[in-house]
Amino acid sequence: MEKHVMQYQTVHFNLNGRAVERTVDVRASLTDMLRNDFRITSVKKGCEVGECGACNVLIDGEAFNSCIYLAVWAEGKRIRTLEGLLGPNGELSDIQQAFVDEAAIQCGFCTPGFILTAVEILESGREYTDAELRKLLSGHLCRCTGYENILRAVKKTMYRRLGKTVD
Amino acid sequence: MYDMKALYQAQSVSDAVALRQTHPEAHIIAGGSDVLVQMREGKRAGVELISIYGLDELRGVSLEEDGTIRIGSLTSFSHITRDPIIQQYINVLGEAVDQVGGPQIRNIGTIGGNTCNGVTSADSASTLHAYDAIVELTGPDGVRRQPISEFYIRAGKVDIREGELQTAILIPKESYADTFGHYIKYAMRNAMDIATLGTSVNVRLSADKKTVERVRVAFGVAGPVPLRAKTAEALAAGKPVSMELTEAFSQAVKEDINPRDSWRAAKDFRLHIAVESARRAFIESVKLAGGEL
Repeated sequence: MEKHVMQYQTVHFNLNGRAVERTVDVRASLTDMLRNDFRITSVKKGCEVGECGACNVLIDGEAFNSCIYLAVWAEGKRIRTLEGLLGPNGELSDIQQAFVDEAAIQCGFCTPGFILTAVEILESGREYTDAELRKLLSGHLCRCTGYENILRAVKKTMYRRLGKTVD
Repeated sequence: MYDMKALYQAQSVSDAVALRQTHPEAHIIAGGSDVLVQMREGKRAGVELISIYGLDELRGVSLEEDGTIRIGSLTSFSHITRDPIIQQYINVLGEAVDQVGGPQIRNIGTIGGNTCNGVTSADSASTLHAYDAIVELTGPDGVRRQPISEFYIRAGKVDIREGELQTAILIPKESYADTFGHYIKYAMRNAMDIATLGTSVNVRLSADKKTVERVRVAFGVAGPVPLRAKTAEALAAGKPVSMELTEAFSQAVKEDINPRDSWRAAKDFRLHIAVESARRAFIESVKLAGGEL
Protein backbone atom coordinates (compact mmCIF):
# COMPACT_ATOMS: atom_id res chain seq x y z
CA MET A 1 0.00 0.00 0.00
CA GLU A 2 1.34 3.38 -0.97
CA LYS A 3 2.28 5.77 1.77
CA HIS A 4 -0.08 8.58 2.62
CA VAL A 5 1.27 11.92 1.45
CA MET A 6 0.26 15.06 3.29
CA GLN A 7 -1.54 17.35 0.91
CA TYR A 8 -1.89 21.09 1.47
CA GLN A 9 -3.58 23.78 -0.52
CA THR A 10 -3.76 27.54 -0.27
CA VAL A 11 -7.29 28.89 -0.08
CA HIS A 12 -8.25 32.51 -0.75
CA PHE A 13 -11.62 33.81 0.39
CA ASN A 14 -13.45 36.66 2.02
CA LEU A 15 -14.10 36.21 5.72
CA ASN A 16 -16.50 38.69 7.31
CA GLY A 17 -15.60 41.35 4.76
CA ARG A 18 -11.85 40.80 4.83
CA ALA A 19 -9.79 39.11 2.11
CA VAL A 20 -7.85 36.25 3.69
CA GLU A 21 -5.77 33.27 2.65
CA ARG A 22 -4.53 30.18 4.43
CA THR A 23 -2.68 27.07 3.49
CA VAL A 24 -4.73 24.17 4.82
CA ASP A 25 -4.66 20.41 4.96
CA VAL A 26 -7.07 19.23 2.25
CA ARG A 27 -8.67 16.89 4.80
CA ALA A 28 -9.87 19.82 6.92
CA SER A 29 -13.52 20.79 7.14
CA LEU A 30 -14.47 24.45 6.95
CA THR A 31 -15.28 24.22 10.68
CA ASP A 32 -11.71 23.04 11.35
CA MET A 33 -10.21 25.89 9.35
CA LEU A 34 -12.42 28.64 10.80
CA ARG A 35 -11.85 27.52 14.39
CA ASN A 36 -8.21 26.48 14.26
CA ASP A 37 -6.71 28.87 11.73
CA PHE A 38 -8.89 31.94 12.29
CA ARG A 39 -10.05 31.49 15.90
CA ILE A 40 -13.65 31.97 14.76
CA THR A 41 -15.10 30.20 17.79
CA SER A 42 -18.74 31.08 17.19
CA VAL A 43 -18.66 28.15 14.76
CA LYS A 44 -19.39 25.23 17.08
CA LYS A 45 -18.50 21.59 16.70
CA GLY A 46 -21.74 19.81 17.50
CA CYS A 47 -22.73 16.61 15.75
CA GLU A 48 -20.14 16.95 12.96
CA VAL A 49 -22.44 15.11 10.56
CA GLY A 50 -24.58 17.98 9.33
CA GLU A 51 -27.60 17.40 11.54
CA CYS A 52 -27.50 19.91 14.40
CA GLY A 53 -26.67 23.20 12.66
CA ALA A 54 -24.26 24.45 15.37
CA CYS A 55 -21.48 24.97 12.79
CA ASN A 56 -23.69 26.90 10.37
CA VAL A 57 -22.07 29.75 8.40
CA LEU A 58 -23.22 31.86 5.45
CA ILE A 59 -21.43 31.18 2.18
CA ASP A 60 -22.33 33.65 -0.58
CA GLY A 61 -25.48 34.43 1.38
CA GLU A 62 -26.72 30.86 1.91
CA ALA A 63 -26.58 28.80 5.10
CA PHE A 64 -24.27 25.79 5.14
CA ASN A 65 -23.19 23.36 7.84
CA SER A 66 -19.45 24.00 7.79
CA CYS A 67 -18.69 20.59 9.35
CA ILE A 68 -19.61 18.84 6.10
CA TYR A 69 -18.00 21.41 3.83
CA LEU A 70 -14.37 20.97 2.82
CA ALA A 71 -12.13 23.90 3.75
CA VAL A 72 -10.65 23.98 0.24
CA TRP A 73 -14.13 24.62 -1.20
CA ALA A 74 -13.98 28.07 0.41
CA GLU A 75 -11.79 29.25 -2.49
CA GLY A 76 -13.25 32.48 -3.89
CA LYS A 77 -16.25 32.42 -1.56
CA ARG A 78 -17.66 35.10 0.70
CA ILE A 79 -18.06 33.61 4.17
CA ARG A 80 -19.85 35.20 7.10
CA THR A 81 -19.94 34.09 10.71
CA LEU A 82 -21.52 35.55 13.82
CA GLU A 83 -18.40 37.67 14.36
CA GLY A 84 -19.20 39.51 11.12
CA LEU A 85 -22.56 40.71 12.43
CA LEU A 86 -21.11 42.97 15.11
CA GLY A 87 -20.92 46.73 14.60
CA PRO A 88 -17.56 48.58 14.52
CA ASN A 89 -17.47 48.91 18.30
CA GLY A 90 -18.75 45.44 19.01
CA GLU A 91 -22.44 46.44 19.02
CA LEU A 92 -24.93 43.61 18.62
CA SER A 93 -26.95 43.49 15.43
CA ASP A 94 -30.75 43.67 15.61
CA ILE A 95 -31.21 39.92 15.33
CA GLN A 96 -28.65 39.22 18.06
CA GLN A 97 -30.34 41.75 20.34
CA ALA A 98 -33.70 40.15 19.60
CA PHE A 99 -32.37 36.77 20.75
CA VAL A 100 -31.30 38.43 24.03
CA ASP A 101 -34.60 40.30 24.43
CA GLU A 102 -36.74 37.23 23.78
CA ALA A 103 -34.65 34.96 26.02
CA ALA A 104 -34.00 32.82 22.96
CA ILE A 105 -30.68 31.78 24.47
CA GLN A 106 -29.80 29.52 27.34
CA CYS A 107 -26.52 27.64 26.99
CA GLY A 108 -25.80 29.44 23.72
CA PHE A 109 -24.30 26.54 21.81
CA CYS A 110 -26.88 26.53 19.03
CA THR A 111 -27.28 30.32 18.97
CA PRO A 112 -24.66 31.39 16.39
CA GLY A 113 -25.97 28.81 13.91
CA PHE A 114 -29.59 29.84 14.45
CA ILE A 115 -28.73 33.53 14.08
CA LEU A 116 -26.93 33.01 10.77
CA THR A 117 -29.90 31.10 9.37
CA ALA A 118 -32.05 33.97 10.64
CA VAL A 119 -29.81 36.38 8.73
CA GLU A 120 -30.39 34.40 5.52
CA ILE A 121 -34.14 34.50 6.19
CA LEU A 122 -34.13 38.25 6.97
CA GLU A 123 -31.96 39.19 4.00
CA SER A 124 -34.47 37.63 1.61
CA GLY A 125 -36.61 40.68 2.44
CA ARG A 126 -39.71 38.51 2.42
CA GLU A 127 -42.45 38.13 4.96
CA TYR A 128 -42.97 34.54 6.06
CA THR A 129 -45.78 32.83 7.93
CA ASP A 130 -45.06 31.07 11.21
CA ALA A 131 -45.21 27.71 9.44
CA GLU A 132 -42.69 28.87 6.86
CA LEU A 133 -40.38 30.25 9.54
CA ARG A 134 -40.53 26.97 11.46
CA LYS A 135 -39.54 25.09 8.34
CA LEU A 136 -36.74 27.55 7.53
CA LEU A 137 -35.37 27.18 11.07
CA SER A 138 -35.73 23.40 11.14
CA GLY A 139 -32.07 22.70 10.40
CA HIS A 140 -31.02 23.57 13.95
CA LEU A 141 -31.32 21.67 17.18
CA CYS A 142 -31.71 23.51 20.49
CA ARG A 143 -31.92 21.43 23.66
CA CYS A 144 -32.66 24.34 26.04
CA THR A 145 -35.23 26.83 24.85
CA GLY A 146 -37.99 24.82 23.25
CA TYR A 147 -37.74 26.92 20.06
CA GLU A 148 -40.70 29.23 20.70
CA ASN A 149 -38.54 32.15 21.87
CA ILE A 150 -36.21 31.66 18.91
CA LEU A 151 -39.14 31.77 16.52
CA ARG A 152 -40.41 34.92 18.23
CA ALA A 153 -37.00 36.63 17.99
CA VAL A 154 -36.76 35.94 14.26
CA LYS A 155 -40.37 36.91 13.63
CA LYS A 156 -40.14 40.21 15.50
CA THR A 157 -36.93 41.15 13.71
CA MET A 158 -38.51 40.23 10.38
CA TYR A 159 -41.48 42.53 11.06
CA ARG A 160 -39.22 45.35 12.28
CA ARG A 161 -37.06 45.18 9.17
CA LEU A 162 -40.18 45.19 7.00
CA GLY A 163 -41.36 48.32 8.85
CA LYS A 164 -44.39 46.55 10.27
CA THR A 165 -45.72 46.79 13.79
CA VAL A 166 -44.87 43.99 16.16
CA ASP A 167 -47.62 42.67 18.39
CA MET B 1 -10.01 16.22 9.66
CA TYR B 2 -11.60 13.76 7.27
CA ASP B 3 -9.90 10.44 6.81
CA MET B 4 -9.16 10.68 3.10
CA LYS B 5 -6.13 9.40 1.28
CA ALA B 6 -6.06 12.13 -1.31
CA LEU B 7 -8.26 14.87 -2.77
CA TYR B 8 -8.28 15.68 -6.46
CA GLN B 9 -10.19 18.82 -7.40
CA ALA B 10 -11.57 18.77 -10.93
CA GLN B 11 -11.22 22.04 -12.83
CA SER B 12 -13.63 21.15 -15.63
CA VAL B 13 -15.80 18.24 -16.76
CA SER B 14 -13.02 16.97 -19.05
CA ASP B 15 -10.55 17.27 -16.16
CA ALA B 16 -12.96 15.25 -14.00
CA VAL B 17 -13.12 12.54 -16.68
CA ALA B 18 -9.30 12.49 -16.85
CA LEU B 19 -9.08 12.23 -13.06
CA ARG B 20 -11.60 9.37 -13.10
CA GLN B 21 -9.35 7.50 -15.54
CA THR B 22 -6.14 8.23 -13.63
CA HIS B 23 -7.68 7.33 -10.26
CA PRO B 24 -10.27 4.62 -10.93
CA GLU B 25 -10.54 3.76 -7.23
CA ALA B 26 -11.41 7.32 -6.20
CA HIS B 27 -14.95 8.24 -5.11
CA ILE B 28 -16.68 11.27 -6.61
CA ILE B 29 -17.74 13.93 -4.12
CA ALA B 30 -20.33 16.53 -5.15
CA GLY B 31 -21.92 18.40 -2.21
CA GLY B 32 -20.60 15.83 0.26
CA SER B 33 -23.64 15.63 2.55
CA ASP B 34 -23.60 11.84 2.12
CA VAL B 35 -19.96 11.17 1.22
CA LEU B 36 -18.45 13.14 4.11
CA VAL B 37 -20.94 11.74 6.62
CA GLN B 38 -20.17 8.20 5.48
CA MET B 39 -16.48 8.99 5.71
CA ARG B 40 -17.00 10.15 9.28
CA GLU B 41 -18.87 6.92 10.02
CA GLY B 42 -15.89 4.98 8.69
CA LYS B 43 -17.69 3.53 5.66
CA ARG B 44 -15.56 5.39 3.16
CA ALA B 45 -12.59 6.00 5.44
CA GLY B 46 -9.22 6.25 3.74
CA VAL B 47 -10.53 6.62 0.18
CA GLU B 48 -9.34 8.99 -2.51
CA LEU B 49 -11.85 11.67 -3.50
CA ILE B 50 -12.41 13.46 -6.78
CA SER B 51 -14.20 16.70 -5.94
CA ILE B 52 -16.48 18.06 -8.64
CA TYR B 53 -18.05 20.62 -6.31
CA GLY B 54 -16.22 23.51 -8.00
CA LEU B 55 -17.67 22.83 -11.46
CA ASP B 56 -20.12 25.73 -11.80
CA GLU B 57 -20.81 24.65 -15.39
CA LEU B 58 -22.87 21.81 -13.88
CA ARG B 59 -25.13 24.20 -11.93
CA GLY B 60 -28.45 25.61 -13.03
CA VAL B 61 -31.68 24.75 -14.82
CA SER B 62 -32.28 25.59 -18.47
CA LEU B 63 -34.76 24.92 -21.23
CA GLU B 64 -33.25 23.37 -24.37
CA GLU B 65 -34.48 24.20 -27.87
CA ASP B 66 -36.73 21.15 -28.10
CA GLY B 67 -38.31 21.97 -24.73
CA THR B 68 -36.25 19.52 -22.68
CA ILE B 69 -35.63 20.72 -19.13
CA ARG B 70 -31.94 20.39 -18.33
CA ILE B 71 -30.93 20.30 -14.67
CA GLY B 72 -27.18 20.46 -14.12
CA SER B 73 -26.12 17.66 -11.79
CA LEU B 74 -24.65 20.02 -9.21
CA THR B 75 -27.78 22.14 -8.90
CA SER B 76 -28.66 22.25 -5.21
CA PHE B 77 -32.10 21.28 -3.93
CA SER B 78 -32.85 24.82 -2.79
CA HIS B 79 -31.95 26.24 -6.20
CA ILE B 80 -34.20 23.68 -7.92
CA THR B 81 -37.12 24.64 -5.67
CA ARG B 82 -36.61 28.35 -6.39
CA ASP B 83 -36.02 27.96 -10.13
CA PRO B 84 -38.67 29.62 -12.34
CA ILE B 85 -38.48 26.89 -15.04
CA ILE B 86 -39.05 24.17 -12.44
CA GLN B 87 -41.88 26.16 -10.85
CA GLN B 88 -43.60 26.68 -14.18
CA TYR B 89 -43.32 23.21 -15.71
CA ILE B 90 -42.53 20.63 -13.07
CA ASN B 91 -43.27 22.22 -9.71
CA VAL B 92 -43.71 18.84 -8.03
CA LEU B 93 -39.96 18.23 -8.35
CA GLY B 94 -39.23 21.49 -6.54
CA GLU B 95 -41.70 20.49 -3.81
CA ALA B 96 -40.18 17.03 -3.48
CA VAL B 97 -36.60 18.21 -3.07
CA ASP B 98 -37.80 20.87 -0.62
CA GLN B 99 -38.44 17.96 1.76
CA VAL B 100 -34.86 16.67 1.81
CA GLY B 101 -33.13 16.98 5.21
CA GLY B 102 -33.21 20.57 6.46
CA PRO B 103 -32.47 23.98 4.95
CA GLN B 104 -28.67 23.76 5.14
CA ILE B 105 -28.71 20.27 3.62
CA ARG B 106 -30.87 21.59 0.77
CA ASN B 107 -28.25 24.28 0.12
CA ILE B 108 -25.38 21.79 -0.19
CA GLY B 109 -27.14 18.66 -1.48
CA THR B 110 -27.25 18.20 -5.25
CA ILE B 111 -29.68 16.37 -7.49
CA GLY B 112 -26.76 14.51 -9.06
CA GLY B 113 -25.56 13.27 -5.70
CA ASN B 114 -29.10 12.33 -4.69
CA THR B 115 -29.48 10.08 -7.74
CA CYS B 116 -25.89 8.73 -7.93
CA ASN B 117 -26.18 7.38 -4.39
CA GLY B 118 -28.69 4.93 -5.73
CA VAL B 119 -30.79 4.96 -2.59
CA THR B 120 -34.48 4.24 -2.93
CA SER B 121 -35.47 6.86 -0.34
CA ALA B 122 -33.99 9.83 -2.23
CA ASP B 123 -36.70 12.49 -2.34
CA SER B 124 -35.92 13.45 -5.94
CA ALA B 125 -35.93 9.88 -7.24
CA SER B 126 -39.62 9.02 -7.34
CA THR B 127 -40.55 12.24 -9.14
CA LEU B 128 -37.71 11.77 -11.64
CA HIS B 129 -38.97 8.23 -12.29
CA ALA B 130 -42.53 9.49 -12.63
CA TYR B 131 -41.30 11.90 -15.33
CA ASP B 132 -39.13 9.34 -17.17
CA ALA B 133 -36.06 11.49 -16.62
CA ILE B 134 -32.95 10.89 -18.68
CA VAL B 135 -29.58 10.77 -16.95
CA GLU B 136 -26.71 12.36 -18.86
CA LEU B 137 -23.30 10.86 -18.21
CA THR B 138 -20.07 12.26 -19.58
CA GLY B 139 -17.08 9.97 -20.02
CA PRO B 140 -13.98 9.39 -22.13
CA ASP B 141 -16.11 8.55 -25.18
CA GLY B 142 -18.37 11.55 -24.83
CA VAL B 143 -21.93 11.84 -23.62
CA ARG B 144 -24.21 8.90 -22.88
CA ARG B 145 -27.91 9.25 -22.11
CA GLN B 146 -29.84 6.69 -20.19
CA PRO B 147 -33.41 6.44 -18.88
CA ILE B 148 -33.39 6.83 -15.11
CA SER B 149 -35.14 3.46 -14.61
CA GLU B 150 -32.10 1.76 -16.20
CA PHE B 151 -29.64 4.00 -14.36
CA TYR B 152 -30.63 2.41 -11.04
CA ILE B 153 -29.22 -1.13 -11.01
CA ARG B 154 -29.82 -2.20 -7.43
CA ALA B 155 -29.82 -0.65 -3.95
CA GLY B 156 -26.80 1.66 -3.75
CA LYS B 157 -25.63 0.81 -7.27
CA VAL B 158 -26.13 2.95 -10.35
CA ASP B 159 -24.79 2.63 -13.87
CA ILE B 160 -21.82 4.99 -13.84
CA ARG B 161 -19.07 3.42 -15.90
CA GLU B 162 -15.33 3.82 -15.85
CA GLY B 163 -14.22 7.39 -16.39
CA GLU B 164 -17.79 8.73 -16.26
CA LEU B 165 -19.57 11.28 -14.15
CA GLN B 166 -23.18 12.36 -14.18
CA THR B 167 -23.48 15.81 -15.75
CA ALA B 168 -27.22 16.46 -16.05
CA ILE B 169 -30.75 15.23 -15.52
CA LEU B 170 -33.04 15.82 -18.48
CA ILE B 171 -36.83 15.89 -18.52
CA PRO B 172 -38.23 15.56 -22.06
CA LYS B 173 -41.06 17.90 -23.01
CA GLU B 174 -43.29 14.99 -24.03
CA SER B 175 -42.99 13.76 -20.48
CA TYR B 176 -43.81 16.94 -18.55
CA ALA B 177 -46.02 18.95 -20.94
CA ASP B 178 -49.48 19.72 -19.51
CA THR B 179 -48.92 17.62 -16.41
CA PHE B 180 -49.58 18.47 -12.80
CA GLY B 181 -48.10 16.49 -9.99
CA HIS B 182 -47.93 16.02 -6.26
CA TYR B 183 -45.34 14.38 -4.00
CA ILE B 184 -46.00 12.94 -0.57
CA LYS B 185 -43.13 12.13 1.75
CA TYR B 186 -44.21 9.93 4.61
CA ALA B 187 -41.68 10.20 7.45
CA MET B 188 -41.71 10.24 11.22
CA ARG B 189 -40.54 13.85 11.45
CA ASN B 190 -41.08 16.89 9.24
CA ALA B 191 -37.37 17.77 9.06
CA MET B 192 -34.09 15.90 8.97
CA ASP B 193 -35.70 12.55 8.31
CA ILE B 194 -35.54 9.90 5.63
CA ALA B 195 -38.73 8.87 3.85
CA THR B 196 -40.55 5.79 5.11
CA LEU B 197 -42.22 6.00 1.72
CA GLY B 198 -42.10 8.60 -1.06
CA THR B 199 -44.95 8.84 -3.58
CA SER B 200 -44.95 11.00 -6.69
CA VAL B 201 -47.96 11.23 -8.99
CA ASN B 202 -48.56 13.37 -12.04
CA VAL B 203 -51.55 13.53 -14.35
CA ARG B 204 -52.41 14.93 -17.75
CA LEU B 205 -56.12 15.55 -18.23
CA SER B 206 -58.09 15.99 -21.43
CA ALA B 207 -58.94 19.55 -22.54
CA ASP B 208 -62.36 19.36 -20.86
CA LYS B 209 -60.69 18.06 -17.63
CA LYS B 210 -63.05 15.09 -17.57
CA THR B 211 -60.69 12.32 -18.68
CA VAL B 212 -57.31 11.11 -17.46
CA GLU B 213 -55.14 11.09 -20.57
CA ARG B 214 -52.07 9.88 -18.73
CA VAL B 215 -51.09 9.27 -15.15
CA ARG B 216 -47.72 8.34 -13.74
CA VAL B 217 -46.97 7.13 -10.25
CA ALA B 218 -43.58 6.28 -8.80
CA PHE B 219 -42.44 5.30 -5.33
CA GLY B 220 -39.32 5.48 -3.25
CA VAL B 221 -38.80 2.80 -0.55
CA ALA B 222 -41.41 0.54 -2.15
CA GLY B 223 -38.60 -1.65 -3.43
CA PRO B 224 -34.79 -1.76 -3.46
CA VAL B 225 -34.74 1.01 -6.09
CA PRO B 226 -37.32 3.69 -6.95
CA LEU B 227 -40.01 2.26 -9.21
CA ARG B 228 -43.13 3.03 -11.22
CA ALA B 229 -46.46 1.33 -10.63
CA LYS B 230 -47.31 0.71 -14.27
CA THR B 231 -50.36 -1.49 -13.68
CA ALA B 232 -52.08 1.38 -11.91
CA GLU B 233 -50.97 3.81 -14.64
CA ALA B 234 -52.40 1.58 -17.39
CA LEU B 235 -55.63 1.05 -15.50
CA ALA B 236 -56.32 4.78 -15.22
CA ALA B 237 -55.23 5.90 -18.69
CA GLY B 238 -58.13 7.10 -20.82
CA LYS B 239 -60.69 6.73 -18.03
CA PRO B 240 -63.12 9.39 -16.84
CA VAL B 241 -62.07 11.27 -13.72
CA SER B 242 -64.04 9.88 -10.78
CA MET B 243 -63.68 8.73 -7.20
CA GLU B 244 -64.21 5.13 -8.35
CA LEU B 245 -61.21 5.50 -10.63
CA THR B 246 -59.21 7.04 -7.79
CA GLU B 247 -59.91 4.02 -5.60
CA ALA B 248 -59.15 1.48 -8.31
CA PHE B 249 -55.95 3.32 -9.25
CA SER B 250 -54.65 3.53 -5.70
CA GLN B 251 -55.43 -0.14 -4.95
CA ALA B 252 -53.68 -1.19 -8.16
CA VAL B 253 -50.33 0.27 -7.07
CA LYS B 254 -49.92 -2.85 -4.91
CA GLU B 255 -49.46 -4.92 -8.08
CA ASP B 256 -46.08 -3.46 -8.85
CA ILE B 257 -44.45 -2.57 -5.56
CA ASN B 258 -42.51 -4.73 -3.20
CA PRO B 259 -41.68 -2.89 0.03
CA ARG B 260 -39.76 -4.63 2.77
CA ASP B 261 -39.81 -4.83 6.53
CA SER B 262 -37.21 -2.54 8.05
CA TRP B 263 -36.69 -0.85 11.36
CA ARG B 264 -38.42 2.22 9.92
CA ALA B 265 -41.65 0.45 9.04
CA ALA B 266 -43.22 -2.95 8.41
CA LYS B 267 -44.01 -4.14 4.89
CA ASP B 268 -47.75 -4.19 5.58
CA PHE B 269 -47.64 -0.63 6.81
CA ARG B 270 -45.69 0.51 3.76
CA LEU B 271 -48.27 -1.16 1.49
CA HIS B 272 -51.01 0.61 3.40
CA ILE B 273 -49.43 4.05 3.11
CA ALA B 274 -48.54 3.41 -0.55
CA VAL B 275 -52.23 2.99 -1.39
CA GLU B 276 -53.27 5.94 0.76
CA SER B 277 -50.48 8.21 -0.56
CA ALA B 278 -51.27 7.26 -4.17
CA ARG B 279 -54.92 8.12 -3.52
CA ARG B 280 -54.14 11.50 -1.96
CA ALA B 281 -51.47 12.42 -4.50
CA PHE B 282 -53.78 11.46 -7.37
CA ILE B 283 -56.61 13.59 -6.00
CA GLU B 284 -54.29 16.55 -5.47
CA SER B 285 -52.78 16.19 -8.95
CA VAL B 286 -56.21 16.06 -10.58
CA LYS B 287 -57.24 19.20 -8.69
CA LEU B 288 -54.04 21.01 -9.68
CA ALA B 289 -54.78 20.04 -13.30
CA GLY B 290 -58.21 21.67 -13.03
CA GLY B 291 -60.22 18.47 -12.68
CA GLU B 292 -63.00 17.89 -10.18
CA LEU B 293 -63.16 15.06 -7.65
